[in-house]
Amino acid sequence: MEKSLLAPGHRACAGCAMPTTIKLVLDAAGPNTIVVSPTGCLEVTTTPFPESAWCVPWIHSLFENAAAVASGVEVMLKRRCKDANVIVIGGDGSTLDIGMGSNSGMFERGHKVLYVCYDNEAYMNTGVQRSGSTPFCANTTTTPSGKISLGNPRPKKDMPAIAVAHRVPYVATASVAYPVDLRRKVKKALQVSGPSYIQVNAPCITGWTFDAGTMVEIARLAVETGLWPLVEWENGVVGQVKKVTRPKPVDEYLKLQGRYRHLFKMPDGGEMLKQIQAIADANIAKYRLVD
Amino acid sequence: MEIKAGRLVEPCSTRITLTGAWRTFVPVVDHKKCIKCNLCEIYCPEGCIHQVQSNDVKTLRAYAYTPEQIADLPKDETVFIPDLNYCKGCSVCAHECPRRAIEMVLEEK
Amino acid sequence: MMKGVASSASQGQSPKARGEKTTKTLGMKVVEGSYAVAHAVKCCRPDVISAYPITPQTHIVEHLSQMVANGEMDSEFLTVDSEFSALSVLVGSSACGGRCYSSTTSQGLALMYEVLYNVSGMRLPIVMNVANRALGAPLNIWNDQQDSIGARDVGWLQIYVEDVQEAVDATLQAYKIAEDPEIMTPTMVCMDGFILTHVYEPVKLLDQELASEFLPPFAPRSILDTADPKTFGAFADPSTYTEFRYLQFEAQNKALAKIERTAREFEETFGRFYGGLVDSYRADDAEIVIVTLGSVIGTIKDAIDSMRAEGKKVGLVKVRCYRPFPVAALREALKKASIIAVLEKDVSIGGEAGLLADMKAAFYNSSIHPPIIGFTAGLGGRDITINDIEKLVKKAEAAMKGIESEFEFLSLRTEIL
Repeated sequence: MEKSLLAPGHRACAGCAMPTTIKLVLDAAGPNTIVVSPTGCLEVTTTPFPESAWCVPWIHSLFENAAAVASGVEVMLKRRCKDANVIVIGGDGSTLDIGMGSNSGMFERGHKVLYVCYDNEAYMNTGVQRSGSTPFCANTTTTPSGKISLGNPRPKKDMPAIAVAHRVPYVATASVAYPVDLRRKVKKALQVSGPSYIQVNAPCITGWTFDAGTMVEIARLAVETGLWPLVEWENGVVGQVKKVTRPKPVDEYLKLQGRYRHLFKMPDGGEMLKQIQAIADANIAKYRLVD
Repeated sequence: MEIKAGRLVEPCSTRITLTGAWRTFVPVVDHKKCIKCNLCEIYCPEGCIHQVQSNDVKTLRAYAYTPEQIADLPKDETVFIPDLNYCKGCSVCAHECPRRAIEMVLEEK
Repeated sequence: MMKGVASSASQGQSPKARGEKTTKTLGMKVVEGSYAVAHAVKCCRPDVISAYPITPQTHIVEHLSQMVANGEMDSEFLTVDSEFSALSVLVGSSACGGRCYSSTTSQGLALMYEVLYNVSGMRLPIVMNVANRALGAPLNIWNDQQDSIGARDVGWLQIYVEDVQEAVDATLQAYKIAEDPEIMTPTMVCMDGFILTHVYEPVKLLDQELASEFLPPFAPRSILDTADPKTFGAFADPSTYTEFRYLQFEAQNKALAKIERTAREFEETFGRFYGGLVDSYRADDAEIVIVTLGSVIGTIKDAIDSMRAEGKKVGLVKVRCYRPFPVAALREALKKASIIAVLEKDVSIGGEAGLLADMKAAFYNSSIHPPIIGFTAGLGGRDITINDIEKLVKKAEAAMKGIESEFEFLSLRTEIL
């Protein structure tokens, strides 16, 4: 990957996982690609007029319509007999929450579009508010921990399952810490004749609060604890799964992040840590992460 | 800058913004330790770590290296080098380097 | 006056009269308004149509779907999850260089609101028929013009039509205006829901060959293309945002001449003309001039004819183009009026009403200062009758001696309040 299709000079925070994720996606997809992005960190950090970090054609319209815009792009390319990859790259807020209707429509109409969600588990662009993708107990600015609160009271919305329920032929989870796996999945998704969906765990230094250098380590720990299983669903059936030889306790992942600090300080935190461990254990069992 | 209707923008044009100015610590590569696994290049969020021939003075100068720094590089070798025009000093490369060949050094500006 | 010489034969007649006359003309067909518009859209040869069903727009998109299904028209028709997605799909297709069409109304237009601003800001020349309908609450599916008048600031051009024939003809004209490289601004062709969408009228359907000659293929300067990888939709900070808005403003100003010119070019090709920006009826010597938009004009013309017979000097100025607001054309058309009575099917709750406010603004700094009063009527599908128009004229007559009320709800049912 000598020459990235995402140019430097973009304004993402130092240590942000998002540009690395995009770089890997574009590297796998190649220059014959049109990208559609919803509003979010990616859009504002890469396209401050009159500059753009994108070296492929790119369009931004609104926060909740990227999948619809991509549908329109795909339809016109087909009509003009032009063969190019159409990829949506958006954050979890636009993907799991406000853009859900638009995504559902694109999936159900069967457009040949790859939707990549870089999942940083909250509305980071607006200042770390809770999204449908915020995990259980995470501290955000709208689910703060407090005297009677232990952070976000609900678990993450299961978007891959929603995509699978739409009969999206290729669905996968991936991680910025596993670049070979991510690139392979992007290439595979682009071979599918219909829609495809990849959700990439992409730690946010500002929202999760960790030392910038540990960005990849944190993403790796999410996988190694079982909290972020790397799974593929092909035609609705679980395919390849990244095995975790000896799962690490979730504390190792959580303690590096400011958004979980309260769990290690508050009297009821211990109980919550057990519940988060139970989420990891359930993933390990469900996807048979351990041989 | 000319305003065009519809806000069309040229590709790769953020290159005019040198985000290296954000940096406090600069990654310094110990090329003797480097095993050229290219993980630093892969993980770099700026996409600004490149493989360069150590005698390619023109490119290295373009990456904001001083003649003294260039002279210190091993001779006739492919080296992994951050483009200092853009490196924000996040230290992901240093953290991920399997040989701990990258050290973050407080930069004097 | 805005009247054209060649078209004067069809001017000065009510649609009924025009219908009687034109049924004798070869090529007229009695069809539903929605079909006529769908047929016009077909003649515009859009690449992509994307729509979400909402009454009373449904028949337009149903007819289009059938035309696509029958292989009569070569367009991609996307059925989508909402009006929001309907217009968003077209953002993508239009940016790829496709000619795009949608139609909606009322709640659907309201749901599109964010996309409306986006489309005009991105300078995508999408054309949309708005089948004008009331907005809830209370839920009401019948006609008024609250929906598109409320969307007057979204940066789209807006043309209001009087009858089905005009809806047909304006739809073709709309693409020519919108796609002009100097304009590149989306356009709404607003037609009264039910009254025009569901009525069966004798209409001259567009001839495909003539339509293709009139409307050349869409050829934008830049499209989403891997051979020329441009960025579309970058964000603008305070140092440039104003200038982007100014460019839109300037394009709308340029559209004034373009709309006028396009109406004339259409007349040359098809022989029909309804005014460019505005039109007038018996207004030359009128003391009281009613200013309005849309299908109510037919009724007003009939009322004017009977009042004229009684010796009342009443006339009409029709606002065909509401955005851009044709200030100069209106000042010219109304320079001899003793009083202007604005009638419209919308209300700005807490203010007055859209057209009235624009009319007052248009004349405030003018050298001519006729008093301007306004009436809202026909909300939520209530008929505006000849009786209502006569009532309005009586109020205007009284106001000539001194304005008591600048704005009121005409024929308000005070007994149920």
